[in-house]
Amino acid sequence: MNHDMSASLLLVAPELTLTLAGLALLIWAAFFGDRHATGISIAAVAALVGAGALTSLAPAAGGNAFDGLARVDAFSTFAHVLIYFAAAVAIIIAPRFFRAHTPGGHGLMRAEYPILIVFAAVGMGMMVSATDLMTLYVGLEMNSLAAYVLASFIRTDTRSAEAGLKYFVLGALASGILLYGMSLLYGFSGTTNFAGIAAAMGADFSGGLVFGLVFVLAGLAFKISAVPFHMWTPDVYEGAPTPVTAFFASAPKVAAMALTVRVCIEAFGPTTLDWQQIIIFLALASTILGAVGAIGQRNIKRLLAYSSINNVGFALIGLAAGSEAGVAATMSYMAVYVVMTLGSFLCILQLRDAGGAYVEDIARMAGLGKARPWLVGAIALFMFSLAGIPPLFGFWPKFLVFDAAVRAGLLPLAIIGALSSVISAFYYLKVIKTMAFDEAPADAPQWTAEGNAVETGLIGFTATAISPLGYLAIAPLAYLSGNAALALFR
Amino acid sequence: MIQTIAFYLFATLVIASGALTVFARNPVHSVLWLILAFFNAAGLMILLGAEFIAMLLIIVYVGAVAVLFLFVVMMLDVDFAELRAGFVRYLPLGALLAIVLAVEIVFAIGAWSAGAINMGARIAPVASDVSNTQAIGQLLYTRYIFLFEAAGIILLVAMVGAIVLTHRKRGGVKPQDIGHQVRRRPEDATRLTRPESGQGVEL
Repeated sequence: MNHDMSASLLLVAPELTLTLAGLALLIWAAFFGDRHATGISIAAVAALVGAGALTSLAPAAGGNAFDGLARVDAFSTFAHVLIYFAAAVAIIIAPRFFRAHTPGGHGLMRAEYPILIVFAAVGMGMMVSATDLMTLYVGLEMNSLAAYVLASFIRTDTRSAEAGLKYFVLGALASGILLYGMSLLYGFSGTTNFAGIAAAMGADFSGGLVFGLVFVLAGLAFKISAVPFHMWTPDVYEGAPTPVTAFFASAPKVAAMALTVRVCIEAFGPTTLDWQQIIIFLALASTILGAVGAIGQRNIKRLLAYSSINNVGFALIGLAAGSEAGVAATMSYMAVYVVMTLGSFLCILQLRDAGGAYVEDIARMAGLGKARPWLVGAIALFMFSLAGIPPLFGFWPKFLVFDAAVRAGLLPLAIIGALSSVISAFYYLKVIKTMAFDEAPADAPQWTAEGNAVETGLIGFTATAISPLGYLAIAPLAYLSGNAALALFR
Repeated sequence: MIQTIAFYLFATLVIASGALTVFARNPVHSVLWLILAFFNAAGLMILLGAEFIAMLLIIVYVGAVAVLFLFVVMMLDVDFAELRAGFVRYLPLGALLAIVLAVEIVFAIGAWSAGAINMGARIAPVASDVSNTQAIGQLLYTRYIFLFEAAGIILLVAMVGAIVLTHRKRGGVKPQDIGHQVRRRPEDATRLTRPESGQGVEL
């Protein structure tokens, strides 16, 4: 038992490190307050980097921790690294935003921001390595609870408070649906362990298990904001502070997507044909509604919310294939998606007028191309990549998921997905057209060129990664995502 | 013999204090009767050998929930006489609830007389050689320690969140700063002047 315990603790070393770091930072924040927010942020990023390095401790063959409550393998390591990267970026981009967002422009960031992100990262780490319904739920709630607070972090701003409240109420509803499904699964299979549920489903796929499967998938679809459980996304993304929106669109999406993949493959494995229908519906509805819904949007954050719904749909196409190649494609998709999304939000964070206020209205961005040609170039790169236009790297994962779907005999799904990506190209191009070619309106903001070396560097890095140079990363990405998928199909 | 006496004692007191909870005119008395009912229910649990649930009843229900009730009753100005008005209006709903409860009791008795559930067929059988406090402790602090600690972190996050969202620095308050008070020297506070006679003091 003792040996088991130390082996288990070693397997969850990243979570353990982050938890201890979070507690230490909390004490630091309690004693020194918001004046030390910058130092606390740096320490939090260091902790995330350290935890990312610790994921390499995971044995290549994978290992079960705590008697089957969690499993550390290539799949969880892949997701862990992505999540920690996105969380670290979300911390790095925050101080400047919060400083500008207080009256007078010399305000401080709250010291709790990096701490909440660290605890959210702990929860997300638990989600992606969960092999038990209880671990799944505890990890999900840890992440969600931190996210509700982060959404309403600027509580003097009514939009932010509204976003937090909406997210909380709808998130609680989704948790309820998820728990109901989990209780049905437990009741009809007699275990909360994924392998045990799979065994029970293989033996006798009774009506109770069907209902459990549907409810669990509905709850998870809410967390990845797949249509028809996406209603909260545009409102929350618009109202939340921009760094928090960048966080929501990246790390928790990866965690929830990885969780959905693991539940579908490991727990519902014997009933692939049954959950496949649900995933196909979610994928189709998300790609189409994400593309059509974005057309009428005037706020860039709302537009990116629909873009994230659309992209989740594409990632689900890979899962819908239900094959090892499909899962590998989904994980590759999420990796590239995180880079594209973080890059887009980094660019949005540079859009400030002379007064230091952030501009989110797309119409007011007309004529930006003359004032900030490099920035518009970067935005164009990200938008083209999100649209999946070939020379850019955003095309590659789309190709992978369509390829996996066609190989699994889902040709109509791939065709409809490709068509909806054409629709989505329209609104991405419209943004670029407004920024680069439209005449500046009379009340156009005076754009400041004031930058920040770290953020500019991050934009440069993400832009390079999704540029045609990114094709150099195909081999390592294919190797890592292939290993991750292999770990699920042992 | 002694068990039987203890059972009837506890059971009578539970029912009596339950009835008095409903009938007491003063809401504070109701809560106090409720606490007595909880204590006696805990006694019944001990008789069944479920000492852990007995302790939980006292710690959670008496210690936290009932005291919370008491605070609410005493601090909120709830007019209980008004709440009890409209007895006739809500009679159909109350009667419906009573019927549902009665049917449930009938079902329970029916299920009971049909024979006991085969507890041995459970997927997770209860070990018979350890007390249930020990059994829960063993599971909670070894097998499920990961989830137990994670649940603790969730509560911490909730607490941090509540403070972040509600705590604000108030302007215009005058807190006592003892260090500042002690540092103050006589020269800061007093001024010695030598006014000419008949001139008065200029402040």
